[in-house]
Amino acid sequence: MPSKAKVSAGKAAAKAAPVDSPARLAVRKTYKLYIGGAFPRSESGRSYPVTDAHGNLLAHAAQASRKDLRDAVSAARKAFAGWSGATAYNRGQVLYRVAEMLEGRREQFVAEVIAAEAGTAADAAAQVDAAIDRWVWYAGWTDKYAQIVGGANPVAGPYFNFSSPEPSGVVGIIAPQESSLLGFVSVVAPAIAMGNTVVVIASSQRPLPAVSLAEALATSDLPGGVVNLLTGSAAELAPWLASHRDVNCLDLTGIDPADRVPLAVAAADTVKRVFAPAPIDLAAEPGMGRLGAFVETKTVWHPTGV
Amino acid sequence: MTITSVASGTSGLSDVTSDDASLRRFLHGLPGVDQVGAEGRAAALATRSIKTTAKAWAIDAAIGMVDLTTLEGSDTPGKVRSLCAKAVRPDPSDPSTPSVAAVCVYPDLVATAVQALQGSKVQIASVATAFPSGRASLQTKLADVRDAVLAGASEIDMVIDRGAFLAGRYLRVFDEITAVKQACGAAHLKVILETGELVTLDSVRRASWLALLAGGDFIKTSTGKISPAATPPVALIMLQAVRDFAARTGEVRGVKLAGGIRTTKEAVRYLVMVNEVAGPRWLSPHSFRFGASTLLNDLLQQRHKLTTGAYDGADYVSID
Repeated sequence: MPSKAKVSAGKAAAKAAPVDSPARLAVRKTYKLYIGGAFPRSESGRSYPVTDAHGNLLAHAAQASRKDLRDAVSAARKAFAGWSGATAYNRGQVLYRVAEMLEGRREQFVAEVIAAEAGTAADAAAQVDAAIDRWVWYAGWTDKYAQIVGGANPVAGPYFNFSSPEPSGVVGIIAPQESSLLGFVSVVAPAIAMGNTVVVIASSQRPLPAVSLAEALATSDLPGGVVNLLTGSAAELAPWLASHRDVNCLDLTGIDPADRVPLAVAAADTVKRVFAPAPIDLAAEPGMGRLGAFVETKTVWHPTGV
Repeated sequence: MTITSVASGTSGLSDVTSDDASLRRFLHGLPGVDQVGAEGRAAALATRSIKTTAKAWAIDAAIGMVDLTTLEGSDTPGKVRSLCAKAVRPDPSDPSTPSVAAVCVYPDLVATAVQALQGSKVQIASVATAFPSGRASLQTKLADVRDAVLAGASEIDMVIDRGAFLAGRYLRVFDEITAVKQACGAAHLKVILETGELVTLDSVRRASWLALLAGGDFIKTSTGKISPAATPPVALIMLQAVRDFAARTGEVRGVKLAGGIRTTKEAVRYLVMVNEVAGPRWLSPHSFRFGASTLLNDLLQQRHKLTTGAYDGADYVSID
């Protein structure tokens, strides 16, 4: 932000020579949380500086507290009935709409990824393209996954027996720390594609593209509360997420393997499904692994005709 | 705790209920309520921070003050029995959780509750007097009360005739309350003012005094069927009324807040208000109650949070 002295100097210059307009004061964005479809600051009032790869200040992001996490879980729980009850086709349409919104903001995301990760413009553009394509890819899976993993089971009795994948509930995710946008998309999209609602802790050092992504989510048709984004310290927030008794699953992708054990232990108290995969390879085809991570198989026995 | 004790006391309240004119003179002579001031005071009291051990105390105190209520047309004996089981032992996984103060049901379900609560200290409250509207003849209302008392209710929640009150026929309301009080016998009487229909805080103050003069053991905000129900400014005025009544007569009467209190945070704020406005003496189930159904689940969830250190979910409390 220009200093006060600079601003008044600009005013003085404008007085002296009214023909020249003063230097325009940039309108800076406040990077906030995304909870229940709204963009609140942290209830704690905290924020923390986010720098680029060279240590220059980019912005201050909200530093979420455990109470923000609590609110995010409540919002996710509230949204679960509606989102999991929506038809798979409808979820696919909504996710595709998200990809449309991302496409429209492509330039913004490229700029933010360059700032966050200090790569080349071409690398950043490739990452944004891959992220958008990944939304579309997962959007397509919503109404097809059940056909691959579900099906009619042969049983020895007068029953029709079939299995289908059902969403698990509220999924707590710690997003990858390195990849600010593609990594975030790769963990969030498959969880919500299957009808779960999520509370996701963005990369601690590179949270800004994720916040902008939340703005795209808010302006697509995704109901509020389906995705809840927290920025801040993953180390501070993850234990609360792991022990929260209203969270059904925990995705530890963004946690260093050495630090995962205590979180898994905390999650075990409420028998959460814990997903602790090998480091994610973002360049590779995503595969179906993440789609299956947060679904429960429901099997129904149905009596057949007499 | 009878009318005669008020009337014969040295409190200066002996004459005010002798006829309609003096009752009106007394009620309209009460100091007017500064609404902005009352709202500001209520809001200021809501900012107190109650944490750790104080919070644990407040949660247990609040659980012990709950009148666990079900007042639906669809109430079944089974629902009342499960409610009673929950009243005695709100959290089966933790025996240190206190019982609630009372269950509150319609008169025809009192007998079911009596059976279910045998051997426990949980009281049985019943709404009566053509709850919730109160639009019936006095005979009908009194029969309603006698039914409930005969069936075993130890507390009666009556509604005042808001129509008569708003029309200024204070003595009629007064006489009705005294008649109901008589019909209650040994049972405690809670007088529901239905503050959502009284419109102004001045009316709330007058109705509170009227109910206290007529012998109500408790004054209660609402039926729970009208919105707004219990609000902080209304609670403030009613707590002031019982405090001032106690100061003039030496008798401690209670306040029951009902309707719209769903979270532990709100309940704790009201406890702070009770302590600050009325006094610590009122922080007991004998003189302060919450009429609630969903509040209890939130209190239990907050209790879990304090004992386990982890945030709780709705899966760990019963669905009422």
